[in-house]
Amino acid sequence: MSAPVTGGPTPVAERPDRGTRARALLRDPVLVSGALAVLLWATAALISPSFASWGQVVTLLTLASFLGVIAIGQTLVIIAGGEGIDLSVGATATLAAIVASRYMDGANDNLPLSVLLALAAAAVVGVINACGVLFFRVPPLVMTLGMIAVVYGFIRLYTGGQPAGSAAPLLRTLINGDTVFGIPGVLWLWLALSVLVIWILRRTSFGWRLYAVGGNATTAYLSGVNPVAVKFSAYVLSSLFAGIGGLLLLGYSENVFLRLADPYMLPSVAATVIGGTALIGGVGGYLGTIIGAILLTVLDSFLRIVQIGGGEWGDAPRQIIYGAVLVVVLSAYGRQKRLRQ
Amino acid sequence: MSPPTAAPPAPQPDTPSPLARAGSRVASARMPTYAITGLLVVTVAATAMLQSGFFTAYGLSSTFATILPLATIAVAQTIIVLSGGIDLSIGTIVTLSSAVTVVLMEGDNARLPLAIAAGVAAGAACGLVNGLIVAVLRLQPIVATFATSFMFGGAALLVLPSPGGSASPVLTETYRMVLALIIPVPALLLLILWLVWRILRAHRVGQYLYAVGGSAAASYTSAVPVTRVRVLAYTLGGTVAALAGVALLADSGSGDPFIGNELTLGSIAALVIGGTRLRGGAGGAGGAILGAIVLSLIQGLVFFAGIPTDARELVYGGIMIAAIALAGLLTAGGPRQPGRTA
Repeated sequence: MSAPVTGGPTPVAERPDRGTRARALLRDPVLVSGALAVLLWATAALISPSFASWGQVVTLLTLASFLGVIAIGQTLVIIAGGEGIDLSVGATATLAAIVASRYMDGANDNLPLSVLLALAAAAVVGVINACGVLFFRVPPLVMTLGMIAVVYGFIRLYTGGQPAGSAAPLLRTLINGDTVFGIPGVLWLWLALSVLVIWILRRTSFGWRLYAVGGNATTAYLSGVNPVAVKFSAYVLSSLFAGIGGLLLLGYSENVFLRLADPYMLPSVAATVIGGTALIGGVGGYLGTIIGAILLTVLDSFLRIVQIGGGEWGDAPRQIIYGAVLVVVLSAYGRQKRLRQ
Repeated sequence: MSPPTAAPPAPQPDTPSPLARAGSRVASARMPTYAITGLLVVTVAATAMLQSGFFTAYGLSSTFATILPLATIAVAQTIIVLSGGIDLSIGTIVTLSSAVTVVLMEGDNARLPLAIAAGVAAGAACGLVNGLIVAVLRLQPIVATFATSFMFGGAALLVLPSPGGSASPVLTETYRMVLALIIPVPALLLLILWLVWRILRAHRVGQYLYAVGGSAAASYTSAVPVTRVRVLAYTLGGTVAALAGVALLADSGSGDPFIGNELTLGSIAALVIGGTRLRGGAGGAGGAILGAIVLSLIQGLVFFAGIPTDARELVYGGIMIAAIALAGLLTAGGPRQPGRTA
């Protein structure tokens, strides 16, 4: 199975004429998603003017930041290829939040220790995922799905079904605290993490090795890259970033509950794919994922704003429309190649 | 740009000699069978020891009553996975069709056939939608079916906003019947399911499923109608998933619009334990049925082994992962290659 390295539709080398360049732009996932997000936001603002207010925009971005941070690891794992995917990110984020809140217990004294413990717990999940995928050769989808059951089982045992403690005040201030123009701290954190990840992917040797392994593991191996080590770190990093996402959620919501980060599991994959990272690996980047996370959050808020759902029908119509829009967005460019070329 | 001489296929990296390849193929085809048989023997023996009255008519009847829905979903997922796809919305299809059935039935025996027909039609329609999106729109199956799972889950909530409704007495009573002193009806249905699968497999359509899952490009050049086979696989999968919804309804007696996602996980775990390759083209529904039996028995074992309530989920999850890892280790077969290709 020598998967051809599909470098996406971006034309290289010879100068493309204007038609092809325009078409390439039209098919650029980051642009399409970004435009769609802005369009949705503008429509929502027309329907309900409060949507356009600065405070509302900041709220939207804050909500997107949790998904965005959790999706960092997802992006890394998917880029690393080999059908890589990490469905356990939601469970891992919940685990980190629960461990941290128990040790913080509403006080600042144990903040560094509890953050460390929470990230260590998350890293353990990543190591188990990596071992299962790389040494026992369990397909990543199945391994990480199964780990959801294990992690929630552990949480059940650890908490007895009743999570204890609450976020440290300092963490709360760090996440929710006002900086300038009403921007909460969590957005600066997201910005810093984004810059870090994009720098890692584009400018460091690890980033290049990640793309190399994702594009073609055999070629990468023959070029002196150790695919196992690269993929191992991708899975551990994925769990670590999920853990950080869980800590952010803890700071935001102050208390934890079982299944805190469950709603982020599959949306993290969707955000990554919408952002142009291909599930076959080796293609994509984190900038697209940021846009994907924002688009998904805007879409969700949009459907809430226009009052679809609520009332006698409950959540159902909103869910249906959310799914349908997701299909439309994906079919804009997330399509696979035709068999006849 | 002449179609017949398409780009030459890239040479296979480090291809072993034909003999070695054949040998490893035999080994990898057999090992999952050994593994699943071994697991089955161990779990059945353990259950028989821990659960008194397992081999009585009542014990068997209640065991198979819980196995049948999971096994049916696993078979549905297997059909889709064999063709090279995956369906993350399958749990919501089950939910939707059982909701449709229970709402139309209203506990009335006279409405039973029509209600079941409507439920199965709903499942087939969902499968068709999935199939068209994956095969015609050519979206990646994982994200496409994730998106449709919202649509089907939402539709299930529209039909049945909260757990409730009641199945018709004939349905639930027939499901609990035991024939010939020892054979429960669900076990018989399971056997029928397997026989239908064998017929499908022998049929040309079954061959097409394996061909498309093995290599879509090669199937295409061999004049297999790849798009149609993919659509058909999802539609069949949706139909079988709907049957699982009816079985679930017969088992529990009422509908529940929120059970979807656990069922999806169970279906994938069962088929992997049963030795079906997630990449498509290898495996079968027989293994998935055995995998579902093993999973259900393990769940019962964790309950009967006297493990504290809070630890049950962890133990069950751990055993499931171990079983999957064992199956994965044995299915992979052959010598380890350095950079395992995608």
